[in-house]
Amino acid sequence: MDTGMVIIGAGESGVRAAFALREHGYAGPVTLIGAERHLPYERPPLSKEAMAADDPQAKTIADHQRLVEHGINLISETTATAVDRHARAVRLGDGSSLAYERLLLATGAAPRRLPFDHGPRMAYLRTFDDALAIRRHLRPGRPIAIIGGGFVGLELAAAARRLGAEVTLIEAQSRILKRGVPEEIAAVIDARHRAEGVKLIIEDGIADMSENSACVVIQLTSGRRLEADLAIIGIGAVAVTGLAQAAGLAIDNGIAVDEYLATSDPHIFAAGDCCSFPLALYGGRRVRLEAWRNAQEQGTLAAKNMLGMGEDKDGGEPHRFVPWFWSDQYDLGLQIVGLCDEGSHVVRRDMDNGAFILFHLAHDGRLVAASGIGAGMTVARDIQLAEMLIAKGVRPDAEKLVSLATKLKTLLAA
Amino acid sequence: MSNWIEACAADDIDEEDVIRFDHDGRTFAIYRSPDDEYFATDGVCTHEQVHLADGLVMDEIIECPKHNGRFDYRTGEAKGAPVCVNLRTYPVKVEAGKVLIAIG
Ligand SMILES: Cc1cc2nc3c(=O)[nH]c(=O)nc-3n(C[C@H](O)[C@H](O)[C@H](O)COP(=O)(O)OP(=O)(O)OC[C@H]3O[C@@H](n4cnc5c(N)ncnc54)[C@H](O)[C@@H]3O)c2cc1C
Ligand code: FES
Repeated sequence: MDTGMVIIGAGESGVRAAFALREHGYAGPVTLIGAERHLPYERPPLSKEAMAADDPQAKTIADHQRLVEHGINLISETTATAVDRHARAVRLGDGSSLAYERLLLATGAAPRRLPFDHGPRMAYLRTFDDALAIRRHLRPGRPIAIIGGGFVGLELAAAARRLGAEVTLIEAQSRILKRGVPEEIAAVIDARHRAEGVKLIIEDGIADMSENSACVVIQLTSGRRLEADLAIIGIGAVAVTGLAQAAGLAIDNGIAVDEYLATSDPHIFAAGDCCSFPLALYGGRRVRLEAWRNAQEQGTLAAKNMLGMGEDKDGGEPHRFVPWFWSDQYDLGLQIVGLCDEGSHVVRRDMDNGAFILFHLAHDGRLVAASGIGAGMTVARDIQLAEMLIAKGVRPDAEKLVSLATKLKTLLAA
Repeated sequence: MSNWIEACAADDIDEEDVIRFDHDGRTFAIYRSPDDEYFATDGVCTHEQVHLADGLVMDEIIECPKHNGRFDYRTGEAKGAPVCVNLRTYPVKVEAGKVLIAIG
């Protein structure tokens, strides 16, 4: 008898996989185990719309009715504590045990922590409960410190400014968004935050942090000292690999999977922020992505491969997506498709109202990534087209990429 | 009962493209397919409040500019995550070089 499919982690990737199992016609039991108390919800709004709202609401991915209709058994507020590969069973926090035919690890990532005692005035943002705790401190005229100039920190800075808080953002590197974002784009974002009244402190580290009943005190390595109602720490995230590691699965900056998203145990798959995988687009370079669309794509793909319903001879389907990411800050929309560091040179397409797209080309002229920024959705359509050009391995004429007279769609036909 | 409204001139829309049409507080998206047929749907994505006319038309698909949700603009069918709610569609006819849509 089929003991069923078990998914650990009821986030974007795990939930998508559960639905995909049904979309592919799987009729056995599907169990989704989630540590959080809420129905599965989207994380991106937590640093954006939800944070800026008066009464933040979780944007639910699937409600009870849809889960029931699809025969998905969600066990929430329950942590999986161990995987017994020999018995093919998952142990749960309440002591019970659940057998699996195939297991998917979709455990996501967790905020990287600073080595200071953590009290209520030092916050990290990953969950809806984290967001609610932070939101209470964002008040007009009140000082907030954000540590880390990555996407989460910058989006939070924008939301906090919208609510009238006084924001200081501290970045240890020589500029914000040093990882993965071209300097020209980071410069636009940097200027916008300053114009909106965010105090940006660049190239300064945290020497010490402590809190008392009134405030959090931050001592910078430069000797500067800051006080704030709340310090929000956004210095990146690490893959949640504890279960996999304890079960003896291969780990390599995340749970290591192959192009089919199988771990070193063929009965166990991993998807989303928790896994590293070979990115076929770039010759199998091993990467780990923290991106929403990737979590969905990998959840869908893992489900297919758990069922052996792929199109290859062995019933697998390899990963062949192009990474894609977006961020919203104020009215600025940023989108990046592909990984910019694959490029060796850049050509720039200037669009209306200061919007622009950078096309990242490899030595051989192949388009490998595109990054764009502008008000609202200005860059979206050309980024969508760039994705198709990248997927096709097109070597576009640089002059045509620059010129607005050339519609990018015409390059696809070439 | 149909209420035919003039949305735009037929050649206001390029082939395999979309434009936005606002009428009476509502927003529509009007499409011209690669086969030179015209279609109309609600103008805003069913995932978030985003204008589909900023998105990309490829064959019979409109891809949302915000998170790449895809719809078949002929039927309004949502083609999968992140969109799971279909778009409403409206009858369209072309008369004397004008695109008319029936909004009920
Ligand atoms: C504030 C914020 C803003 C973001 N903004 C963007 C954006 O603008 N654009 C973008 O592309 N991406 C964005 N992301 C990234 C995106 O949300 C993630 O890539 C995506 O959520 C990853 O999905 P996942 O399912 O892999 O992991 P997660 O969504 O993290 O889900 C993993 C789940 O597994 C649960 N879990 C872990 N271990 C166990 C266990 N042992 N037992 C039971 N449950 C367990 C966790 O509690 C969690 O609920 C953002 C992320 C955050 C936090
Ligand atoms: S707003 Fe259209 S897919 Fe999200």
